[in-house]
Amino acid sequence: MTGLVTDEPPKPSRRIGALLRAQMRNIAPFLTLIFLTGFFAAASPSFATLDNVGNILTQVSVTGIIAVGLTFVILCAEIDLSIASVANVTGIAVAYFTLQDSYVNIANIAMPGWAAILLALGLCALLGLVNALGLTVIGIPSFIMTLAMMQIAAGVSALLVRGQIAYKIPDLVATLGSSSIGGIPWIVIVAATMLLAGHVVLTYTRFGRYVYMVGGNREAAEYSGLNVKLILGSAMVISAVCAGIGGMLGVAHFGSAQQNEFDTYLLDSIAAVVVGGTSLFGGRGGIGNTIVGLFVLGVLNNGLDHVNIDSFLKILIRGLILLAALVINVYAQKLRASTAK
Amino acid sequence: MSQDRSAVLELHGITKAFGGVEALQGIDFTLRAGEIHGLVGENGAGKSTLMKIIAGAHADFVGQFVLDGRETRFRSVRDALAAGIAMVHQELSVAPDLTVAENVFLGSQPVNRFGFVQWRRMAREAGEQLARLGIHVDPLQRMGDLPIGLQQLIEITRVLFSGARILILDEPTSALSPPEVERLFSLLGRLRQDGRSIVFISHFIDDILRVSDVVTVFRNGRKVAEAEAAKTSKAVLIEAMIGKGHEELEESYLHDIALPAASDRPTVLQASHLSVGRSLRDVSFEARAGEVLGIYGFMGCGQLDLARVLFGKLKPDRGELAVTGRKMVFGTTAAARRAGIAFVPESRRAMLFHQEPVYKNISISILDRVAAILLKPSREREIAKRQVENLQIRPAAVDLDLGMLSGGNQQKVGLAKWLSYPPKLLILCEPTRGMDVGAKNDVVNIVRDLRSRGLAIIVVSTEPETVLSLADRIVVLKRGAVVREFVGEMVSKDRLLEAA
Repeated sequence: MTGLVTDEPPKPSRRIGALLRAQMRNIAPFLTLIFLTGFFAAASPSFATLDNVGNILTQVSVTGIIAVGLTFVILCAEIDLSIASVANVTGIAVAYFTLQDSYVNIANIAMPGWAAILLALGLCALLGLVNALGLTVIGIPSFIMTLAMMQIAAGVSALLVRGQIAYKIPDLVATLGSSSIGGIPWIVIVAATMLLAGHVVLTYTRFGRYVYMVGGNREAAEYSGLNVKLILGSAMVISAVCAGIGGMLGVAHFGSAQQNEFDTYLLDSIAAVVVGGTSLFGGRGGIGNTIVGLFVLGVLNNGLDHVNIDSFLKILIRGLILLAALVINVYAQKLRASTAK
Repeated sequence: MSQDRSAVLELHGITKAFGGVEALQGIDFTLRAGEIHGLVGENGAGKSTLMKIIAGAHADFVGQFVLDGRETRFRSVRDALAAGIAMVHQELSVAPDLTVAENVFLGSQPVNRFGFVQWRRMAREAGEQLARLGIHVDPLQRMGDLPIGLQQLIEITRVLFSGARILILDEPTSALSPPEVERLFSLLGRLRQDGRSIVFISHFIDDILRVSDVVTVFRNGRKVAEAEAAKTSKAVLIEAMIGKGHEELEESYLHDIALPAASDRPTVLQASHLSVGRSLRDVSFEARAGEVLGIYGFMGCGQLDLARVLFGKLKPDRGELAVTGRKMVFGTTAAARRAGIAFVPESRRAMLFHQEPVYKNISISILDRVAAILLKPSREREIAKRQVENLQIRPAAVDLDLGMLSGGNQQKVGLAKWLSYPPKLLILCEPTRGMDVGAKNDVVNIVRDLRSRGLAIIVVSTEPETVLSLADRIVVLKRGAVVREFVGEMVSKDRLLEAA
């Protein structure tokens, strides 16, 4: 997993210690994952079963889809706090443009499934574009810009559903979000495909290289003649579209579209990216890290259910894990800076 | 005369290795009270490593470290500061948004018994402190609004104020105008009288000879010479530094240099009536193919803003640019790059990616020519290897992280990234700042080679030597305006300084 994101060491003869320190951000999350898996497997007989592996995969899928786009943003050393709200509004929009049963009291606009999907995707892309323009043209820090967008998207959601719950969504979305093929849930396949696509873009394309370079040293990127604003803006749009896709499939997965349905996904997605070891300062990490982070969170959430722990304590434990990841993240940056100055 | 003063700091047999490479080998070094000790050597000779050991930044070294007659070992910079040893780096660490007084008192503001900062007392004491050292400045002015030379003096004041008695100055004169250098030297003279000790690291051997009592020369991690400044000469020091007779490289430029006659080659860039805020006023000039245009002026004369306007980083308030006759408005640096303009900024941090391998640093500016959508790393490496060979970048390993290279080699990488597909116009800001004689000579050769290939080149510098050694034609900027153009005539350092 971490192999996806490692940089080849300059010479194999270089000291192992230096190498380990440089790779700490990749190694630490992986060790955490192995430790947690081992711990829960020992603590509960029902944890390490094939069924449960399927459960974990399904449980992390929506987070995974959203985290793909967020990885781009964090690699650019920016942040997107609007992902959960954008996911929510996109999921609601796709239902809003679908004919609902008569008991659902929403003044919606019914459209063919493909049109509903396109409109919903257009909506999230548009919201991402607003983030992008605010960040690059006006110069609002992404932290504040996306905080505003979080509220705006929540507002649009509220206006669309007006406290109601919608159930009907286009068939394609329903299939991808809630059914399986050959025993594998479609949503897992979609998540895996999007993670793979994200990895390919970041690792093997020119745009991906630009993302790393802009994140690594924005000033140098600009003085190398890169269009830094275009790259940052693209990352914001990619993030919003990934969030939107996650939102639509999430609605299918949950079986309904309603307000505040995705609230926990903001923290989960950020946690997945950061726990995985992608640098909050940009330029380091990648989808491989995000996948490890997703599994750390997935195993933790699922495992805590298996060991019958106080459900209120779970929240605290998740917070502590996130804090530990942040400490490692910042520490890894310092170690690296001291090895390669 | 300094020999009879007591030694403050004595180092014996200092050896320090980085990953098997010995950066320092058995160095003996003595610093006396009331002594200015000059330190010269090429980049990578070990000067900085030794100073970092003295300032507590490197704790793991072999050898004896004796301070005030007692053997000591610093574990951190903080330890060194507590013992009164402080380093002032080439890149200043001032807080530009705070006032002069706040900067002087950084970290030690006077407070009353309720813990509130005593602003008036602070301003008064800062003003007194500065005046005592002959620095006359309003303590309530914003630091960032002051010229760099003054900021440096204020930083030195702060360091002294925090109790430093051993002061290490790394390349303190490289960004200063001649009057600012004078001011710095008179301050150092005062400190020497107070009995403080100063280590003065510089590439400017003239400066070293003027201000130091003793000069130590480093080469390849060894101390190769130590002499009283009064009893040595520039030629002797350079010989010790480089190891062979290289005097011709470091011409003094005091005598006249004949610039070639006006070129009739096509104009690549025409700048007309450029104005930016207070920093540029109605600047017009042209750059021609196969010609090196030097833009000279003291620090803060607007030359850096001018360079940024040419590369699309800064929008001019008025005026226009034309590239090969076509009018251009650069909204972004990307547009300038596509128009065939290359830019090498004055600081390495602003142009290089230290955590990325060399080949990615070289390919970044030409990636759109190498790869449409998918990257081709093997092709990138190939291109990088060719550049590494051409510019003799060492070590010649394109997969090494850039941060592992020495400063001079990093600087070459910054140039290399523009040369795989030569641009029409190359803008070089301070291309030889902080370089040793050998590396400077490499840059001169590279620039001459590029000129012969028909590139238009603009060299922007505050160092007269740099402009004189590279330029065919020289434009002098003063307070944001063009005050003089030297073309097809005799020019010398004196005349340049006089014009600026």
